[in-house]
Amino acid sequence: MPETITLLINGRSVTVPEGSVVSTAVALSGATVFRRSVTGERRAPLCGMGICFECRVTINGWPHARSCQILCRDGMDVRTDE
Amino acid sequence: MSSRVFDLAIVGGGVVGAACALEAARAGLSVVVIESGVIGGGATAAGMGHIVVMDDSDAQFALTHYSQQLWREIAPELPGDVEYEECGTIWVAAGEEEMIEARRKAGFYQARGVAAEILDAGALAEAEPNLRRGLAGGLLVPGDGVVYPPCAARYFLERAQSLGAQLRLGRPAVLLGDDGVTLSDGAFISAGVTVNATGAWAPLLTPGIDVLARKGHLLITDRYPGFAQRQLVELGYLKSAHSIGSDSVAFNVQPRKTGQVLIGSSRQYGPKGPKGEDDPKVEAAILSRMLARACEYMPGVSRLSAIRAWTGFRAATPDKLPLIGPCPGHERLYLATGHEGLGITTSMGTAKLLVDQLLNRRPAIPTAPYLPSRAYQEAAHA
Amino acid sequence: MCEPMNNPRHNYDVLVIGGGPAGLAAAVCATQARARVAIVDDNFGPGGQIWRGEHRQAKSPEAAEWLNRARVKQVEFIGGARVYDQPEKGLLLAEMFDGALELRYRKLILATGARELFLPFPGWTLPNVTGAGGLQALVKSGLPIEGKRVVVAGSGPLLLAVAAYLLKRGAEVALIAEQAPLKSLLSFGLGLWRAPGKIIQAISLKRELAGVPHIAGCWPVAANGEERLQRVKLRRGRKTWDVICDYLACGFHLAPNVELAIFLGCEAPDGVVLVDEFQRTTVPDVYCAGEATGIGGLELSLVEGQIAGLAATDQWEKARALFAKRRKLQLFADLLNRTFALRDELKTMPQPDTIVCRCEDVSFAQLEKQPAWRAAKLHTRCGMGPCQGRICGAAIEFLLGWRPESARPPVFPVKVRSLIQDITPTAGEGK
Repeated sequence: MPETITLLINGRSVTVPEGSVVSTAVALSGATVFRRSVTGERRAPLCGMGICFECRVTINGWPHARSCQILCRDGMDVRTDE
Repeated sequence: MSSRVFDLAIVGGGVVGAACALEAARAGLSVVVIESGVIGGGATAAGMGHIVVMDDSDAQFALTHYSQQLWREIAPELPGDVEYEECGTIWVAAGEEEMIEARRKAGFYQARGVAAEILDAGALAEAEPNLRRGLAGGLLVPGDGVVYPPCAARYFLERAQSLGAQLRLGRPAVLLGDDGVTLSDGAFISAGVTVNATGAWAPLLTPGIDVLARKGHLLITDRYPGFAQRQLVELGYLKSAHSIGSDSVAFNVQPRKTGQVLIGSSRQYGPKGPKGEDDPKVEAAILSRMLARACEYMPGVSRLSAIRAWTGFRAATPDKLPLIGPCPGHERLYLATGHEGLGITTSMGTAKLLVDQLLNRRPAIPTAPYLPSRAYQEAAHA
Repeated sequence: MCEPMNNPRHNYDVLVIGGGPAGLAAAVCATQARARVAIVDDNFGPGGQIWRGEHRQAKSPEAAEWLNRARVKQVEFIGGARVYDQPEKGLLLAEMFDGALELRYRKLILATGARELFLPFPGWTLPNVTGAGGLQALVKSGLPIEGKRVVVAGSGPLLLAVAAYLLKRGAEVALIAEQAPLKSLLSFGLGLWRAPGKIIQAISLKRELAGVPHIAGCWPVAANGEERLQRVKLRRGRKTWDVICDYLACGFHLAPNVELAIFLGCEAPDGVVLVDEFQRTTVPDVYCAGEATGIGGLELSLVEGQIAGLAATDQWEKARALFAKRRKLQLFADLLNRTFALRDELKTMPQPDTIVCRCEDVSFAQLEKQPAWRAAKLHTRCGMGPCQGRICGAAIEFLLGWRPESARPPVFPVKVRSLIQDITPTAGEGK
């Protein structure tokens, strides 16, 4: 069992401890903005517990993934709205 | 209470009642709209907001076509939250039998001046890449549109109010009498003519009219801009709209201006709740069938994030045509109900025909097919 | 063809929704009757919010005790699973990353806990403005906070716990701003005699937080910054001042998570699930324990959870034996909620253009024009986004007095395929 996971955040390679959620990897990559609101505001996680939907990112091409409750997997391609 | 006598009291603040209020106010009538709950809160809120030309009968075509033109005329002044968009409809043919139907339909529309274009399998795939491979083709009707109905109803009422119409919100009407409307708190509103525009609840206020509640389910997803370009409906939809007995579902997907995907549709009579009332509960089995049907046509739907499901009740009549005009057996009561799944589309045409009849104006299309008295005449002849 | 949902089947005597203190206590007590018990939680490990991450390494003795007991009693833990529908009585559907799960049960215990109460103010949508518990959860999940400057604000004992935690993780806590007036806090302090354990907690917290200004009667009036938070404007009385910071951890105490209970038909007037002395809801075979029945703190949650687990497995005498302890803790809970009641001045925080519904970007001005919740939803889209009012609902109730409506399925957004039932039922399964 690997102890770390390596994934892509906006094209940049990030390595995190196994068991980390995607929002952690995004934060570690240095990105502050996770998504843009419907009127274009920059947004980042608010609640930390999976109910605010501000942590949504696109994972492997599929949008609206709540990154704070999705475990990182090797090779994931994560994109935020910049 | 005010002792004012209105020319017209419209009971029901949904899109049909609101459109009638606006047309009446424009024509110089003094109008009051009575709405017990939220403006546009009934079927208006539940439905898809599809503005569509239908061909299942000449009368249906006439009314939907006329109405669609009226929507187009008012479109430039509609505020942004009404989300009017002329995105067009594609009637999807799964196989060759449905392609024959598509061609018949195309001929019908084209003969009547409605733009319609046959799409072969390749053209369909190009127009809507998220439809599955292997469909036979479809019929594109580019002039159809979508709106967000509750805001349309609100807009119509605001315009009507700016022309002097009044609004009585919060208390239901309990009695439609010859000279006005009585509300639940005993208040009486005098009116020369009363209009019952309460949709599936119309028989509660006017017992005996042939309107049944036909339940429908819908589901809306998160935002996926570009997932679908046009309202997509299976050609088998009409089978569902026509079948009276069984519970049926049909493929019907709409892209909203927000990018959310609206998924329908289903039709049921009943079930009833414990007190005999129409039960609005979302039924997992029906929802499942409806979504499975959608996935059959657009496999990608299965992976979309579903935010909410809900139900609504269409006002259904035996001959699929609405009731617009004087109510037989009543002195000064008119009906504007029974629109089934076409209330949004035909709200504007209904308003015109209603006011035409009130003021003896020459209607743009014959009113006979929609007269409430037609049903009674048929019954008399039976 | 779309795939039918992945349907491993699970049958339990007692199914517990929520793996926090109440859920753990309920599950452990239920196993005493040799029932087959499982806990379902959307997090990946048990512990809920307060004991998040402690299943790997317990920080407090109570966490260690209950997590260990659950392990020893072989309570099945189903993590990363969110309940979203009840297609028939005795059956719940939960969605996981890879598909949906069918969960059958004879008795159901809802231990869905609470979430932070968020109130809007100008700039609250900026990146790095988070909840207080929210920031703690994010840091526990790996957000780097060492060397960052944090303002902790809002209301409730959670603020102190969060501040202490952040300090331990190397953050610089600039100050703690508590909206409750000083005299309420002093009464609270005096009232702690009822709960001696709490006095010890309070003293130890005070020590940990020595050096961090703790200001009562103080709340944020604006968060400012280009592209992200850079400073917070605070108010106390007539005075306002700016504090430069990297994060604002702001939450105004807690609101019970009652959506699932309401969806299942449980009565929940006033936003808390109604239960009797045995933690039974108004729906047969459904129990509720912990913060969802009313915010009351850790110990009350543990006792309520135990009573629910015992009652669900007909261990009535053991359940009754805990009533006195629960009553005492309820007195503490009442004191807690009175102390941290939200003051009216907080209603003046949002400006007309302050966004209240974050999912749909609906402003306060747009909402004020509406007569009630349903009209607001239909005409502004407020509460119609993915969070379905979980973030804005409590705020709107506080600001405008509107009570949210009943929940429609799915209780939580799920993939469409999770709402499509099996196409071919397995042999022997009647539906």
